[in-house]
Amino acid sequence: MKPHRGSSRWLTLLAAALVLSAAPPPAAGAQKLTVAAAADLRFALDELATQFRAAHPEVDLAITYGSSGNFFAQIQNGAPFDLFLSADVDYPRRLITAGLASKDSLFLYGVGRIVVWVPAGSPLDPAALGIRVLEAPSVRHIAIANPQHAPYGRAAVAALRSLGVYDRVSPKLVLGENIGQAFEFVESGAAEAGIVALSLALAPAARSHGRYWEVPQEAYPKIEQGGVILARAPAGPAAQFRAFLLSAEARRILKQYGFSVPQ
Amino acid sequence: MDWQAIGLSLRLALATTLVLQVVGMPLAWWVAFSRRRWKFLVEAVVALPLVLPPTVLGFYVLIAIGPRSPVGALYARLTGGLLPFSFGGLLVASVLYSMPFTVQPMAAAFGSVDRKLLEASWCLGVSRAGTFRRVVMPLARPGIATAAILSFAHTVGEFGVVLMVGGNIAGVTRTVSISIYDQAQSLDYTGAWHTSLLLVGFSFVVLALTYSWQRRAWMLWQPH
Repeated sequence: MKPHRGSSRWLTLLAAALVLSAAPPPAAGAQKLTVAAAADLRFALDELATQFRAAHPEVDLAITYGSSGNFFAQIQNGAPFDLFLSADVDYPRRLITAGLASKDSLFLYGVGRIVVWVPAGSPLDPAALGIRVLEAPSVRHIAIANPQHAPYGRAAVAALRSLGVYDRVSPKLVLGENIGQAFEFVESGAAEAGIVALSLALAPAARSHGRYWEVPQEAYPKIEQGGVILARAPAGPAAQFRAFLLSAEARRILKQYGFSVPQ
Repeated sequence: MDWQAIGLSLRLALATTLVLQVVGMPLAWWVAFSRRRWKFLVEAVVALPLVLPPTVLGFYVLIAIGPRSPVGALYARLTGGLLPFSFGGLLVASVLYSMPFTVQPMAAAFGSVDRKLLEASWCLGVSRAGTFRRVVMPLARPGIATAAILSFAHTVGEFGVVLMVGGNIAGVTRTVSISIYDQAQSLDYTGAWHTSLLLVGFSFVVLALTYSWQRRAWMLWQPH
């Protein structure tokens, strides 16, 4: 059969578009560093990344945010990350046990804190009511991260239990895929309150959008956040980034974004 | 296996299919027969969910049905309830999301009915509604059934939109696809494996039935 002129020209065009749209090769000598980071780090780490990039222009740093449990599963299945910043220390430890992360690379970079957060338009005052905000009849939905796989979700449930309101408020709980989505549920107005990371409530983009009450840190197990360098990472940039996160300057920024920093 | 989630998905899919049969049929009729010049605009809007990422649809639906939007506020005033994180909210999202799967097969089926038969029926004094019921419906039945089956299966398979607007509440918005996601996230690979296998089987059977129906593979006598 004679090939159709029009369709072959069309295919050539598509092939040309495919070639042209391919990513340009990275600058010569740049070393790639891919980081998987818990969603509560989004704003703090963006600022940290800016500083790191300024100090290390030779490193091509790429950060992916998501749920720690999700990253854990992905890394087990060969996800191409060099450094994993989890929202807990359990996942990094398990990666070390599985031989997927280098043994002595585990480091604590911060301790997460949780707050009861309501949008700016809410008539409720969390500073005055504390945890009882969640029992108000006007609060019909309380957004938390999914406690099945997000450390912040587990902390939220633990806090609700230890403060003695879990049984009364549990029918109102809605679960975000990670702490970022739980925050978005409240921010968008769909949920009237949430238990979210202080680091998100303090983010510049969100600070004026809501008010919060910090949940006493005795009310839930410490959200110690640890990172590991993964076994597949090339030496160099990953260790540099780890050292940077433990520097005085990085600790100052993490503090400013609502993390306690380990001594 | 999370039977509660499976049951919920089936209920959601059934409700979505029913709503779409009612809402989609007049729309498909209009798309098939209207001679308006701006008909292409309506067709484009109906087909949007085919190309939009579910995140876009889910994001807008969440905002549109939330208490701060006019739609959400009206719903709250009428019913005293709120749409986000409820079965009703998921239903709204699913109806929008599966709209093209109902309207396109139906419109194609209506459009392929021989116009001469319609005109003959009208000339014989049968009303438009009567013609639709007695001439168009029987001839377009395979298309209408395809629309129902595809909408049903598509809703069972929905994930992104539900993740965006559902809030993952057991028995209310945790559909089977979300349940599989949760199982995989919490490293319950056995559970994820079993539920996924069930969905693969279900989807295959549904599609096989649809195609066999279209080819009339099971009819012993082939009409010519």
